[in-house]
Amino acid sequence: MIEQGSPYIVRLSSEKAPFWKTAKPALMELDMELTERCNNNCLHCCINLPADDPVAKKRELPTAAIKEILNEAASLGCFTVRFTGGEPLLKDDFEELYLYARKLGLKVLLFTNATLITPPLAELFSHIPPLVEIEVTVYGMKRTSYEAITRSSGSFEAAWRGINLLLEKKVPFVVKSALLPPNSEEVEAFESWASTLPWMDNLPSYSVFFDLHGRRNEAKNILIRDFRPTPQQGVEFLARRRKKYLRELQSFCAKFIGPPGDTLFACGAGLGGACVDAYGVLQLCMDLRHPDTVYDLGKGSLKEAVTRFFPEVRKIKAKNLDYLTRCARCFLKGLCEQCPGKSWAEHGTLDTPVEYLCEIAHAQARQLGLLEEEEMAWKIEDWRERIQLFSEGRENELRKIC
Amino acid sequence: MSSGKSVDVRVSLDGLYMPSEDVVARSIEGELIIVPLVAGIGDMEDELYTLNETGKAIWDRLDGRKKLKDVLAELSAEFEAPVGEIEKDLTGLVEELLRRKILIEVR
Repeated sequence: MIEQGSPYIVRLSSEKAPFWKTAKPALMELDMELTERCNNNCLHCCINLPADDPVAKKRELPTAAIKEILNEAASLGCFTVRFTGGEPLLKDDFEELYLYARKLGLKVLLFTNATLITPPLAELFSHIPPLVEIEVTVYGMKRTSYEAITRSSGSFEAAWRGINLLLEKKVPFVVKSALLPPNSEEVEAFESWASTLPWMDNLPSYSVFFDLHGRRNEAKNILIRDFRPTPQQGVEFLARRRKKYLRELQSFCAKFIGPPGDTLFACGAGLGGACVDAYGVLQLCMDLRHPDTVYDLGKGSLKEAVTRFFPEVRKIKAKNLDYLTRCARCFLKGLCEQCPGKSWAEHGTLDTPVEYLCEIAHAQARQLGLLEEEEMAWKIEDWRERIQLFSEGRENELRKIC
Repeated sequence: MSSGKSVDVRVSLDGLYMPSEDVVARSIEGELIIVPLVAGIGDMEDELYTLNETGKAIWDRLDGRKKLKDVLAELSAEFEAPVGEIEKDLTGLVEELLRRKILIEVR
């Protein structure tokens, strides 16, 4: 009766396991920005509002509405919900929402600064695990560097207290950071400590090229621009382990590089995933808040949004002449982070080339030997040959043509 | 696949069995996925389970109200396999689910 060779139960220990034999669920992952408020005030942050901002707090979705969204997400087949912010632990109803999501059979991915982790919360994560490692952003290894970034007195001690509670309760978590002038000398110390964490299989990831403010706050943007590294500085940091960096990019470029044409959504935004902001507005991705691309869940359903609205948005084509002349023809698409979300944050449009991102992609390509100093990638005709030589590690032959 | 943690379980055809409140069973695109709610269900923290078609047919009948022998009778009427084989599969699955704390016995 039980199929030959098949156990009674099949264990699925990876998110990548093919749970479904026929169609994929309409929604597999949901990001929920529970709040835009944060108890830190980081120099580079693209979203945060003050922790006690009364207007934001009043506008945030009530508990019942969030539960309704979680219900609908689960009914659409969603497997993982990411609780992020702002600082999601600032929400008074966080524990209730966490338990609710877990009881729906959802995995919960939590993005936090760890400062608000209390003994009862660590105990809860230990008893009812999120099933995905918590992601903790660590801004520095010393109080001076940490609080120079967070601009919040006492945040260093609070964060390390939270981290130690997670360690004590053996709650799986990984750490990441943001590379900024105050902590730039601590990379080695951070990575050395991170390597001692039992759940860190890889080196920590970093925010290096900071996004502008998600609500297009120009005062905040001036500050963020100030802390952005030059493209060359950023690329040098990314390539600091040259062999590993080359290996990863050779494999990446072989698969994901080439001109996108006038297709704006060359990424996976809105394909099996969605993001709800703190006020119930659904977005294709966390970055994209352009009014033509968002859906008010107060006026419709999650199902309608992901099955009808998102596919229509994804059909939008680029019209900006500059974009069509450059980005649409640029073979560095894949390396370049130009996308409707970044265009929105920088220019308030969907298809305006973002010079900073263009410069980063070109700096990276030059570093890899794919471009000469003065070359612009959208003018390169033999890009397929260059990518092939690069991907196959034939650097000498690549040097002969560029 | 390991056979689960070493817990002494006995399966009786007169027993009543039902899913534990420590797991959540979800149906996604026709697949039954069992998601642990509390720690200690699987061998790993992120472990999920699914049942094959026959396992699912058994699972759907384990509601805590039907004795296992009644479940056996229903399955025997539905499937063409010999009763002895069905009983072996039924008790085998229940034993494994009990061992993994996915199922509980109603007393």
